Amino acid sequence: MSVLAIEYSGLKEINGQFVIYEGVDGASYEEIVELRVRGAGGFVKKTGQIVGISGDKVIIRVFEGTDGVSLTNSAIRLTGRPMEIPLSEEILGRVFDGAARPIDGLGELYAERKADINGKQLNPVSREYPRDFIQTGISAIDGLATLIRGQKLPIFSGNGLPHDRLAAQITRQASLGREGDAGDSFAIVFAAMGVKYDVAEFFRRTFEESGALERVVMFLNLANDPVTERIITPKAALTAAEYLAFEKGMDILVILTDMTAYAEALREISSSRGEIPSRKGFPGYLYSELAGIYERAGLVRGQAGSVTQIPILTMPNDDITHPVPDLTGYITEGQIVLDRNIHQQGVYPPINVLPSLSRLMKDGIGEGYTRADHPDLANQLFSSYARVGEVRALASVVGEDELSDLDKKYMEFGKAFEDGYLRQGKFENRGIMATIALGWRMLRILPKSELDRINAGILDEFYESDM
Amino acid sequence: MNAKGQIHGIDGSVIRARGSRGFIMGEMVKVGAEGLIGEVIGVEEGCVTIQVFENTTGLRPGDAVTGSGKPLCVTLGPGIISNIFDGIERPLRKIEELTGKFIARGAKVDSLDMERGWDVTVTAMEGDIVSPGGVIATVPESASVTHKIMVPPGVSGEIVSIRPSGPYTLRDPIAVVKTKSGGKRELYLWQEWPIRAPRPVAAKHPASVPLITGQRIIDTLFPIAKGGTAAVPGGFGTGKTMTQHQIAKWSDADIIIYIGCGERGNEMTQVLEEFTELIDPRGGRPLMDRTMLIANTSNMPVAAREASIYTGITIAEYYRDMGCHVAIMADSTSRWAEALRELSGRLEEMPAEEGFPAYLSSRLAAFYERAAYVRNLNGTEGSVSIIGAVSPQGGDFSEPVTQNTKRFVKSFWTLDRALAYARHFPAINWLTSYSEYTEDMENWYDDNVGKDFSSFRRRIVNILTEESRLMEIVKLIGADVLPDGQRLTLEIARVVRLGFIQQNAYHKHDTYVPMAKQRLMMELILYLYDKAKALIDAGVAMSAVRSSGIFERIIAVKFEVGNDEPEKFTEYKVEIDKFYDEVYASDIG
Repeated sequence: MSVLAIEYSGLKEINGQFVIYEGVDGASYEEIVELRVRGAGGFVKKTGQIVGISGDKVIIRVFEGTDGVSLTNSAIRLTGRPMEIPLSEEILGRVFDGAARPIDGLGELYAERKADINGKQLNPVSREYPRDFIQTGISAIDGLATLIRGQKLPIFSGNGLPHDRLAAQITRQASLGREGDAGDSFAIVFAAMGVKYDVAEFFRRTFEESGALERVVMFLNLANDPVTERIITPKAALTAAEYLAFEKGMDILVILTDMTAYAEALREISSSRGEIPSRKGFPGYLYSELAGIYERAGLVRGQAGSVTQIPILTMPNDDITHPVPDLTGYITEGQIVLDRNIHQQGVYPPINVLPSLSRLMKDGIGEGYTRADHPDLANQLFSSYARVGEVRALASVVGEDELSDLDKKYMEFGKAFEDGYLRQGKFENRGIMATIALGWRMLRILPKSELDRINAGILDEFYESDM
Repeated sequence: MNAKGQIHGIDGSVIRARGSRGFIMGEMVKVGAEGLIGEVIGVEEGCVTIQVFENTTGLRPGDAVTGSGKPLCVTLGPGIISNIFDGIERPLRKIEELTGKFIARGAKVDSLDMERGWDVTVTAMEGDIVSPGGVIATVPESASVTHKIMVPPGVSGEIVSIRPSGPYTLRDPIAVVKTKSGGKRELYLWQEWPIRAPRPVAAKHPASVPLITGQRIIDTLFPIAKGGTAAVPGGFGTGKTMTQHQIAKWSDADIIIYIGCGERGNEMTQVLEEFTELIDPRGGRPLMDRTMLIANTSNMPVAAREASIYTGITIAEYYRDMGCHVAIMADSTSRWAEALRELSGRLEEMPAEEGFPAYLSSRLAAFYERAAYVRNLNGTEGSVSIIGAVSPQGGDFSEPVTQNTKRFVKSFWTLDRALAYARHFPAINWLTSYSEYTEDMENWYDDNVGKDFSSFRRRIVNILTEESRLMEIVKLIGADVLPDGQRLTLEIARVVRLGFIQQNAYHKHDTYVPMAKQRLMMELILYLYDKAKALIDAGVAMSAVRSSGIFERIIAVKFEVGNDEPEKFTEYKVEIDKFYDEVYASDIG
């Protein structure tokens, strides 16, 4: 197209990451433009995206930032294309920056095709409801907030809590590959948004140690990388994941960290555009943006492959009602919540099981999936552990000695649950049957009459012995 | 002559166009080469503002905008039931056939299948004088639903010709009506109606008949009327969707309209799968035979999300006009409100609370006011009940959507995080929830369920209120110091909570409980209370009363007694009598 050749130089305004050009013909909404900036050492190329059009005036968000741009030293060229990334099976084992440019020194990628990073929405009637249990080897997750293939299950954490270790342990132990499969169909897509270099390096090392590096695609936008690229990173990663899953039939685990940094990047860009803020300064469309990311998980009916997401987010000030965890919880299919108090007791993984939840669990456990008693057992553990909280509150008022005998049993159960059930080693991989047996061992601390969530038949079968 | 214009500016789902002066507020327009569907939401000299129901990426200034001359409408006719649509009534299964598993935009599909043949029984005759709402034919739309073909609002006159019964498609004219002004109007199996305008009715009636849901805490403690409104606010993970699913499955409405508004795609998949398998306890047919779904999931375009609840309620009103009782599940109205906020922000309107537009409350009111128990134009009675989920930000019920919703609904079922954490489901908090229908419907309950129903209900409420008062003390000093009479109240309250209020959606007996059994369960618990109280009053220690295990037995009744085994309650009463006699004999006698 001839349009591609035309350069426009009518730069009128520079504002944060945005530049405004006038006199531009034929620009289309959200297309990518190339910016040529004349500097001391020659021309610098930047990339931007059109985010607003009014007549011949276009607003462009510049990914690399607007440093060095003046009203006279730059020109743009329209590409006529939306934001795309190159795809081929060779992306496995590669490392890209936040805007999907290779940064591992292995050169450009030979692209089989290019794909729009916004993806397309999966038709709700084409989805397949996820039911396959994934064993992570972590009791608190397998037993009480089960991960299902095709689920989006975030980790809600706080700064200084071991969410990275937990995510690493899950990726190491999750036997995602289908039965009878050598693991060829399993791969990890890792996207870092605004995290420290050490965090990215920790994950890289973990993948390397487990020998999985060849099956990992990494997209890294670190804390000091451009904010405008940060909002592209998860979309690029998910585009790669969808390609591998639904075109190459692989089971993909996507780790996105840290979603809070992503949302803050959105806020920064929104405020520099002068948009009307909603809660805590975040833009009104934060929910839609987050949904556009989290909904890109799942299974497609009649097709091999799956995308399972484990987004990690840090709750500012450990506040679960902060807009980012709050909106996330409304979109994702449950959440795993880490707790600072449990962490301070020295328990790893410090999962607070009460607010943790897996919405897909009910259809992926029980008879034919894990074991018939699993749903009742999980319910009872939740209910009894919730009671522990009440008893502890009472004990802090009247003192532990003044508690009734039954309440003392609950205190004992609470301690045993945290030390025996929750706590496990960073490399300890517990099978689901071991987790279930452990759950029963905990419940036996309590009198049988207290176990009111368990079907009488199941209770009689399992309360006395392990089977 | 339809208005024409060209795109001038683009900002997300909102575009501005320049062109002819003929654009009408609320008019449906086609945008760009792909003919994306949009709606005019602002008109000024030389410029119109349009919200586009599809992704606007790639649109350019200069692209054509064409008016349609009519407002955004839904097509109403056979083929709606069992179907799944997006927010502007495009059938998702057809879109899948056309564009594959991922939705491509600009798909040109008819809302209803125009080619499918329907077995039409014509009931009107040539020479009949008909008026709006008059039934001219019926169509078996699904095994559970007989679709009545009605004369559309605004049309009346004499039928000058009508086809005989037989197979017809939506393309075939069925009858011709000569209107009073002398014009002729062809009637089809379908009609159109603008989504933002309520369909006319003859009269509204006060709501006095409950919508039976089979959920004990709702039916007994906080009922909703047919033609009533309810809101279910709750933070994430408290079971809003689950509550909505349960009502959609088991309520005694004739038609269920489930609107997935800005929620998860997998949830719609789940409804599709489950409702196709589950059997309606009344009709014996799959639930999907009386259900239609609107899926505008969270990642689908935001403007269509805004439209989706209007699409849903217009379809509901259409079935109501046939004399059906329709229940709408709107999950979630907060996402709809956020869509309003997002569009309002793009229009650079002055925000009110938390960035929501100032007209949030009037829009909510307009939506909930479309629920009613009515006498239709054709003389039948029907109702539209709305059950709206609310997803308050941060689980904080003081936020604008919850507060504004509260003003317009009469049943309010607050979901409680603490209950959900303890996996007490449904996690409806019995202290903060309310229903303004309770008193209006007491007569119905006493006449149809049992004359003592309302008094049982009051006693159960009293036990729970008393418990919460006592728990204040227990939290400070423990339960052991309470006198035995009060400890019995706590114990009975536990039986009420676990044995009555808590309900297991996955248990074959417990997922749905008929009213008669709900009454018997209350009666049994109160019978136990009276007997145990007599023992305590006679001086028996609470520990002796509790050790009998009778409380656990009564809690288990909900699982042990099937919905069709009311005679078993007599056995339980005998058991309670035996417990009374034994404890009395060993302690006192």
